[in-house]
Amino acid sequence: MTTTTNRPKKLAQAKTPAAGEPRRRMPLWRRIVRDRTVLLLALPAMTVIVVFQYIALGGNVIAFQDFQPYLGIDRSLWVGFENFSILFNGDPEFLRALRNTLFITALQTLFVFPAPIVLALLLNSLVSNRVKQAVQSVLYLPHFLSWVIVVAIFQQMLGGAGMLNNWLRARGWENIDIIGNSDVFYALITSQIIWKDTGWATILFLAVLSQIDRSLYEASAMDGATRWRQTWHVTLPGMRPIIILLFILKLGDSLSVGFEQLLLQQQAVGLDVAQVLDTYVYNNGVVGGAWGVSAAVGLVKGLVGLVLVLVANKVAHIFGEEGVYKA
Amino acid sequence: MTATHTDAPSARQQRKRRRRSGALIDGVPRPGPVETFIKAIVLGIACLLVVLPFLGIISTSLATPEQVVEAGGFVLFPEGIDLTAYRSVFAGGVVTQALGVSMFVTLVGTLISLTMTAMLGWALSRRGSVGNRQLLVLVLVSLLFSPGIIPSYLVVQQLGLLNSLWALIIPTSVSAFNVIVVRAFFVGLPQEVMDSARIDGASEWQMFRYMGLPLAKPVLAVIGLFYGVGYWNAFFNALLYISDTSKWPMQLVLRTYVVDGNQIGIQDLGAEVTLPPQTSLQMAILVISIVPVLIVYPFLQRHFAKGMLTGAVKG
Repeated sequence: MTTTTNRPKKLAQAKTPAAGEPRRRMPLWRRIVRDRTVLLLALPAMTVIVVFQYIALGGNVIAFQDFQPYLGIDRSLWVGFENFSILFNGDPEFLRALRNTLFITALQTLFVFPAPIVLALLLNSLVSNRVKQAVQSVLYLPHFLSWVIVVAIFQQMLGGAGMLNNWLRARGWENIDIIGNSDVFYALITSQIIWKDTGWATILFLAVLSQIDRSLYEASAMDGATRWRQTWHVTLPGMRPIIILLFILKLGDSLSVGFEQLLLQQQAVGLDVAQVLDTYVYNNGVVGGAWGVSAAVGLVKGLVGLVLVLVANKVAHIFGEEGVYKA
Repeated sequence: MTATHTDAPSARQQRKRRRRSGALIDGVPRPGPVETFIKAIVLGIACLLVVLPFLGIISTSLATPEQVVEAGGFVLFPEGIDLTAYRSVFAGGVVTQALGVSMFVTLVGTLISLTMTAMLGWALSRRGSVGNRQLLVLVLVSLLFSPGIIPSYLVVQQLGLLNSLWALIIPTSVSAFNVIVVRAFFVGLPQEVMDSARIDGASEWQMFRYMGLPLAKPVLAVIGLFYGVGYWNAFFNALLYISDTSKWPMQLVLRTYVVDGNQIGIQDLGAEVTLPPQTSLQMAILVISIVPVLIVYPFLQRHFAKGMLTGAVKG
């Protein structure tokens, strides 16, 4: 595992071969002709990236337009910051989406984020490798199911005709309404995320745990540390960099909470609890035709995410951590 | 991860011996019985929570209509096996069609994605060629942002891809992350092999086709499986770009008939069939959409940790 990731770097730095000797004095067109095959190989995928990432990014200009689909970007009217002012003057629909988003983000930070760390510690403490791998194989699986399937499975398990209620009925007990009950909606979506992705998210943590220096454990054991004290003084500090890194990356996504997941379940509980910023953009823009305003929301959301990552990274540096990147 | 396998017998014996003597295991004191018991319970419940739903869904889809009706929806232990639900679903209606669409998108999409990813990965690994650094920066930066729902929609619309199956393939065909993983692999290949090929007169294309590609097979297999699962599971793009129900992929059918609980009628299934209970049909659709993932999962499973890590370290 480590060999495949470490070796390439050194080799690549040692030599710079590629298509012939790189000579600075060669005119640009000669070099293009020389490297034509490499450039042609790059062309199709680069086209996709440029069109669907970079050109699409430019499409955000409609946030400053009264965009009409039949007029297109060139002929739609420019309105400056009007679309933004509608938002920041306290449009109740927007505020509701914002409030729900922030609440769900808080729940995720509190419950979803630590879950894989705990699970990884648990898995790592298993003595038998065979048991460990068997458990991992089972717990990774839900990650590969789509949100549609996950939501469907939860409905079939917890819904009116589902497994849980069948079981309760068979014992003559009352049905419990979980699906479509706005009171427990947040608990429901939180447990869905935990069910789907906790196992998968342990991969990185386990990899880090396996690289912690064994001698640290031995030394601490010599000093009389128990298992718990070893976890506290050796294991957790070893995990700290990756925990911080993932936390920073998570911050960047903190305004994009479970888009597909929420869209799929909005009908059942209503927009009051299930409208978030992403679904607001979709419902009002693509479905409702308020293109400019929705694009403005999307743009602000993206910018806030970017700023959060940059700030968090800075803060991490101040505290002497590596963060995501160095600048 | 599998390193212990080679010296397994001796290592296990050693461990047993140490366990008996109550010594350290890799420097960590061995767990006490209470701890072991609690861990077994917790992990057992976790595994059960994953496995149980699958069993329930498969059982219900196979149970006889009478039993499903009697149980009021859900069956965990089928009394008999009945394939009516599958027969009706495969009779040629909306589900059969959607299955065709999903398979087309998954197969063609994966092929296209793999080809383009391998090509760009190779190109980016050729340091010293024109614009190499600039292209790499373009790819890396694209990892940092997503353009947003509405701009993406506008691009697809402008390209005239709305209501075309290509809208499910082209926009998501290149994952910058996977490109970086493939590039990392090519960069790691021993340079001497490449040099000797060049001395033997191989062109750039020949080196890619006859050296790079065959060597990269394992990486491409894993990435291909990831792309495949992605195409198979894609829901949102289909929702955005496909309104024509005859072009629906499985995920939209699932949403309509299972998540939203719309009734599936005879006209949807396109045949004379006697209609089994709705629950049976729903479960059959659910099983059909899960099975492909379950089939590739064992192949994926062995490799993904490595793939993930390569990407994480480089990106």
